[in-house]
Amino acid sequence: MRRANFLPVAIFLVAALTGGCSGDKKEAPGAADAARQDTPAYGDALVEGSIGDVSGFISAVTSDTASHAAASYIFNGLVKYDKDLKLEGDLAESWEVTPDGKKITFHLRKNVKWHDNVPFTSGDVLFTYRKMIDPNTPTAYGESFKQVRRVTAPDAYTVVADYDKPYAPALESWGMNILPKHLLEKYPDIKRSPINTSRPIGTGPYRFAEWKPGEKIVFDANPDYFEGRPYIGRVVTRVIPDQATTFLELKSGGIDSMTLTPLQYSRQTETEEFRKNFRKYRYLSFVYTYLGFRLDHPFFKDKRVRQAFAHAINKKELIDGVLFGLGREVTGPYKPGHWVYNPNVRLYPYDPGKAKGLLAEAGWKPGADGTMEKEGRKFAFTVLTNAGNESRSKTATIIQQQLAAVGIRMEIRTLEWAAFINEFVKKRKFDALILGWSTGPEPDQFDIWSSTKTGPDELNHVGFANAEVDRLLEAGRRTFDMEKRRKAYFRIQEILAEEQPYVFLYAPETLPAFHKRFRGIEPAPAGISYNFIKWYVPKAEQKYTTYR
Amino acid sequence: MLGYIGRRLFVIPVMIVGISLISFVVINMAPGGPIGIAADLNPKATAEYRERLKAYYGLDKPIYVRYANWLGRLATFDFGESFAPDGRKVWDKIRERIPVTLGINVLSEALILIVAVPLGIYSAVRRGTLFDRASTVAVFVGFAVPGFWLALLLMILFGVHLGWLPISGLTSLEHDSMNLAGKILDRARHLVMPVFVAGFGGLAGMSRYMRSNMLEVIRQDYIATAKAKGLPERKVVLRHAVRNALLPVITILGLSVPGLLGGAVIFETIFAIPGLGQLYYQGVMSRDYPLIMGSLVITAFLTLLGNLLADVGYALADPRIRTE
Repeated sequence: MRRANFLPVAIFLVAALTGGCSGDKKEAPGAADAARQDTPAYGDALVEGSIGDVSGFISAVTSDTASHAAASYIFNGLVKYDKDLKLEGDLAESWEVTPDGKKITFHLRKNVKWHDNVPFTSGDVLFTYRKMIDPNTPTAYGESFKQVRRVTAPDAYTVVADYDKPYAPALESWGMNILPKHLLEKYPDIKRSPINTSRPIGTGPYRFAEWKPGEKIVFDANPDYFEGRPYIGRVVTRVIPDQATTFLELKSGGIDSMTLTPLQYSRQTETEEFRKNFRKYRYLSFVYTYLGFRLDHPFFKDKRVRQAFAHAINKKELIDGVLFGLGREVTGPYKPGHWVYNPNVRLYPYDPGKAKGLLAEAGWKPGADGTMEKEGRKFAFTVLTNAGNESRSKTATIIQQQLAAVGIRMEIRTLEWAAFINEFVKKRKFDALILGWSTGPEPDQFDIWSSTKTGPDELNHVGFANAEVDRLLEAGRRTFDMEKRRKAYFRIQEILAEEQPYVFLYAPETLPAFHKRFRGIEPAPAGISYNFIKWYVPKAEQKYTTYR
Repeated sequence: MLGYIGRRLFVIPVMIVGISLISFVVINMAPGGPIGIAADLNPKATAEYRERLKAYYGLDKPIYVRYANWLGRLATFDFGESFAPDGRKVWDKIRERIPVTLGINVLSEALILIVAVPLGIYSAVRRGTLFDRASTVAVFVGFAVPGFWLALLLMILFGVHLGWLPISGLTSLEHDSMNLAGKILDRARHLVMPVFVAGFGGLAGMSRYMRSNMLEVIRQDYIATAKAKGLPERKVVLRHAVRNALLPVITILGLSVPGLLGGAVIFETIFAIPGLGQLYYQGVMSRDYPLIMGSLVITAFLTLLGNLLADVGYALADPRIRTE
């Protein structure tokens, strides 16, 4: 389990499902007794499984989930998201933004020490900022910091960031892990420093204890943590690359927690034995799957055709078939419960009749074999998706059958990830594709929807271009006023629902299971790891008694 | 003989260069690359970042320059640094995993020999009996069973239901606090299933091989002579037949040398064993060119060396070959 780690990774392709949940908390059977009152006690260890190994500890120079999870135990940012996905202070006690939105002043906590007992000060923040914009630092997260005109530290506990123009995602970008200046200043390349490769030292709730590459990584509770000593004495992350093995380890007691697959959650854990030892949770993740059209394709230029697809696809059937019902339909790029989620956009209930009507309006008529035709051309196209993602291939198969019912022939082609991205997506050599986005709490999605972002290495793959959306995207990121932002993003969702550049399909739920001895787990919009330091195991139930 | 070995040793570096050149070109032609792994579909990854990363890894230079640089470093036994964010030396990454992979493969190879050789001999001597047929069926079933499926079945039985053996990994969490005997036992319990699964598939090949060699030897005139002299069958088989039937096994053992360091990706993944197979697989998936090249060169070198050892060993064991 990881503490909420909100690097400014606003949007990232789905690799692992981590994230928050919608406001409506749904508890699995057996979760109700989580609220049972016990006395918190220090000690015990949480043993978790991880598919991948850590590749480094400085999250600025890593891009994988396992590394970011490890960094979240060790480091802090100036800000973080609270349980309701609102930004709150982390190493910063408070901050203020000037009315023109061009200056952010952070007031730092005064009682924080690095794990080697050196005090944390504004010098560390300045140092981290400089490293983020340093050409010698191979980081993908420098862009937000390049928007800054100047960063100053009037005193040891104040940091001021000046911007040329207001930039709302800037605040989130200060969630970047702050690095220890006194240990890193002698390394021109922080990537090659021991802090990244072997002995990380941070300010976070856990201290690094041991890393056996490919095997396990161990963290011990930091007794001097500024938010209080974590109850759980040790966290062990075991590298178990295989999902089936992870599940067997969970059942045999080799690990205490894992994220279940929908199949495991709904079919393989509904036993008395499992319920006796484990508690399951479910919450909506920050991930959605979509069917995207290349918008300059002759078939998909016409909005009515895309709308017909939206009516022809039965999202409920997808969720039942692919996710065993453990997900929700989505109508746009924000999940239900997000503060910018607009519940009143145009909906497309499953209606094959309406789909055929829209196709007819667009000039498509059923041919002799039942396939739609227009000007002698049959409505047959190929959808691409990446191999190795079972839920996407299942989604494609179900959609294929649903489209066949309205006279559309869809072929499916699955490709190895790198070939898929480099040879097809970047070169725009596709008719349609099934992919997913993993989005964070920050609503800015400029990179996905702006008409200026349609280059080969950019993310507007489908070539969506809408002047009003462009204007609203700019407006949404240039104000800190939440109401103004909400308005902009509400309107963007209305336009996307009308235009259907994607058919937004579903958001899966994250399905963690924990050994019952752990208490204090309370699902919230941010997920469950936001209060990890408050989790505990009652004295009488502690399994690993060495870590007190 | 020495001249022959000298000639063969001289060819090895030439072969390594040829193999590495082909590998280098093929890897670089594969779609995607280390930059893509870090930057694809990441909105934070700007064009400038991609360029910076290319320069950082030296990927902005033409492929022949990069190959020449890599080869130059290899001449001093420097495999370079991994492209992974930890940037550790490739040799360090490979070296720390050698004991694990080597240990498991040596144990499974020993298991194969201990079981397959007697099985093959006995099947040949008792040819056509129920035992022969049953063992043939058994080893072929073993050969046909997918390793990952067998591994999962064993895990469910011994790990989940009976709780006798740990399911995955190399040591328990409490390993460091155990005494020496405890540590050895702990390590042994973790190795039972991986070694068994790794060796199980190899039993068929080796036992059938031993059986057919044995059958061939038994038909020879000198065996008939030995029998005619009135030697007991046990002596005939063990003293005269087995020695000659074992000769080709030497070749097989030589050829299995590269396999000793070639980790099996599937069973290392299933048993969560941090071996070379897993390392190589991760290297390929993340397009970590230096790591892939390092692994390939070591494997290529061991293959060539294994072939040489097999030939030399065979020549030493069989005077007929030496005279040729």
